[in-house]
Amino acid sequence: MSDKNSIMQWVDARLPITSAYEKHMSKYYAPKNFNFWYVFGILAMVVLVNQILTGVWLTMFFEATPGGGPESLEYIRREVPLGWLIQALHAVGASMFFIVIYMHMFRGVMYGSYQKPRELIWVFGMAIYLVLMAEGFMGYVIPWGQMSFWGAKVIVSLVGALPLIGDDLVIWVQGDYIPSGATQSRFFSLHVIALPLVLCLLVFLHILALHEVGSNNPDGIDIKKRLDSKGVPVDGIPFHPYYTLGKDMVGLIIFLIIFLGFVFFMPEGGGYFLEHANFEPANPLKTPEHIAPTWYFGTFYSILRAITFDIGPIPSKLGGVIAMGGAIAILFVLPWLDRSPVRSWRYKGWMSKVAIVLFAIAFVTLMKLGTMPATKGATILAQVCTAIYFLFFLAMPFYTKFEKCKPVPERLTK
Amino acid sequence: MNKLILTLLVFVSSSYSVASGGAVSLDHADIDLSDKESLQRGAKNYINYCYGCHSLDYVRYNRIASDLDLTESQVVDYLIFDESKYTSLMENAIVDADAKKWFGATPPDLTMINRIKGSPDWVYTYLKGFYKDEARPWGVNNTVFPDVGMPHVLFELQGLCAHAPVSEDHVVYDSLSENQTHESGCEEFEIAGSMNAEEFDEFVLDLTNFIAYVGEPWKLKSHKIGKWVMFYLLVLLVFSIAYYRELWKDVH
Repeated sequence: MSDKNSIMQWVDARLPITSAYEKHMSKYYAPKNFNFWYVFGILAMVVLVNQILTGVWLTMFFEATPGGGPESLEYIRREVPLGWLIQALHAVGASMFFIVIYMHMFRGVMYGSYQKPRELIWVFGMAIYLVLMAEGFMGYVIPWGQMSFWGAKVIVSLVGALPLIGDDLVIWVQGDYIPSGATQSRFFSLHVIALPLVLCLLVFLHILALHEVGSNNPDGIDIKKRLDSKGVPVDGIPFHPYYTLGKDMVGLIIFLIIFLGFVFFMPEGGGYFLEHANFEPANPLKTPEHIAPTWYFGTFYSILRAITFDIGPIPSKLGGVIAMGGAIAILFVLPWLDRSPVRSWRYKGWMSKVAIVLFAIAFVTLMKLGTMPATKGATILAQVCTAIYFLFFLAMPFYTKFEKCKPVPERLTK
Repeated sequence: MNKLILTLLVFVSSSYSVASGGAVSLDHADIDLSDKESLQRGAKNYINYCYGCHSLDYVRYNRIASDLDLTESQVVDYLIFDESKYTSLMENAIVDADAKKWFGATPPDLTMINRIKGSPDWVYTYLKGFYKDEARPWGVNNTVFPDVGMPHVLFELQGLCAHAPVSEDHVVYDSLSENQTHESGCEEFEIAGSMNAEEFDEFVLDLTNFIAYVGEPWKLKSHKIGKWVMFYLLVLLVFSIAYYRELWKDVH
């Protein structure tokens, strides 16, 4: 016992292990009323670790060349021991990552987790989301199936909508005149090393900023205002073990049942996680009947396609790219659009509640439309939903300022 | 010569444009990956009727042997007809460039065809979908894959259907007697084959089963492990909930 203590003392004098453990785990006081929506942060960490570990093993066997992509993937699935499992964990994990992140983000919107003093947490989180989208896109391109190729062609060509430099920029990004082996190998490099490094750094900053100010809660109350004689928030409980081994563990196991259920029984996710056409090696001479992005890009792809008309001097293609970029960019400034005196929608006025519900419906509708062909009716629906999407943010400074809020209780409710 | 090139161009472009199927209603292939005998018959049928043109580039003979309970000598005697070794990948002898000249398009490798189509129904309906069409170079056309470049290789078994076969969905029921008044499949044969309709369905089903198997040879194993994983997680969930309640007693 004393030996152990002296070793810890030796280490602690040189590296703040005990104090870091206390700050982030055993003496990090989290509000005790976390509900279902608060498990997704932990789940995102679990999926990140899953993606990194399975990714390490896939990289051992994957060959990032146009012919080698589909071939080495089949080699992994068929000849590497349990390769089919590692590959499925990685592919299904990508979709799970986005499901978890979307729930996590929506939680922030509902309970005002982005408000002062948590603006930086939100901004880091949005940066994570942005990097994740790049990571997901490039991960989908490198197997070099039909959808990889044609998806890359559509998405990279968006850069070409920029005036003057657009066409040259497309060639610079692709490293070729069409998506080719040059494109694939640079995307591979970014996918396996550059973006994951940035991602891990951002996740670190996201958590560091969170643990500096403390977690928000479904009531949006600052639990640090009421401390007991030892300086511990009366409505707070230590993150470890109450959440780590308690509530979050239950959530994690339920999540694993869903995640691994897909991995073992439905690895293609009904054609949503892995599109059927992507099992066919890329063929630049054969355009698929229907080029659709994976489901998690559906919302922004729909917004891109919704701009079917020229706006003054701006052609529709550039307009679509601006709208799509704007839809993502506006998320970053959300903390400064919300003027409400309260955080949680529980105590906000009816206008905020209606706005959040409408926004969620529009977001999911756009997501679904993004995977479907753009028929006339679908385009009109996408335009309506795009308008709702932007109005939610642009009108927020007004409806949050002028609506009548309910009084916020002093202590946490159940 | 020019005429030949033109014909080939039309041929190739038309087979490209409709290759992914479209909105044809497909018959349901009731396959069973755990039926080893069906898979063995399917493997035999594949080697005899398909393998000459359609390779299975990602599959090894010995993998098929171990998955389908075949011995090495059975595989070497009945499945391998070229210089391939027992451990070789199933690459066939046809030269792509030649095949393209003969058929207008290179016969695709079929290892992944079921995953590309998303269901075994496509292959099943396709194989039953040939019918007489004098306008086509091989004298046949296909309901699922119109203007396909492939001849009707199962002709001697099925016979030659005079008109486009009827899909399962189009079966007509008599509204009063509730009897089926209209059989699905081929209504009238121009030339009879050696099998009756039932035998041929069985033959195609075995073949479809085998093609589904080569697309995901690990599928049964995945289901088997998956059930144990689910069982383990459910047990763990019970303990986890119990522990959570115990831990949180003093919080509430």
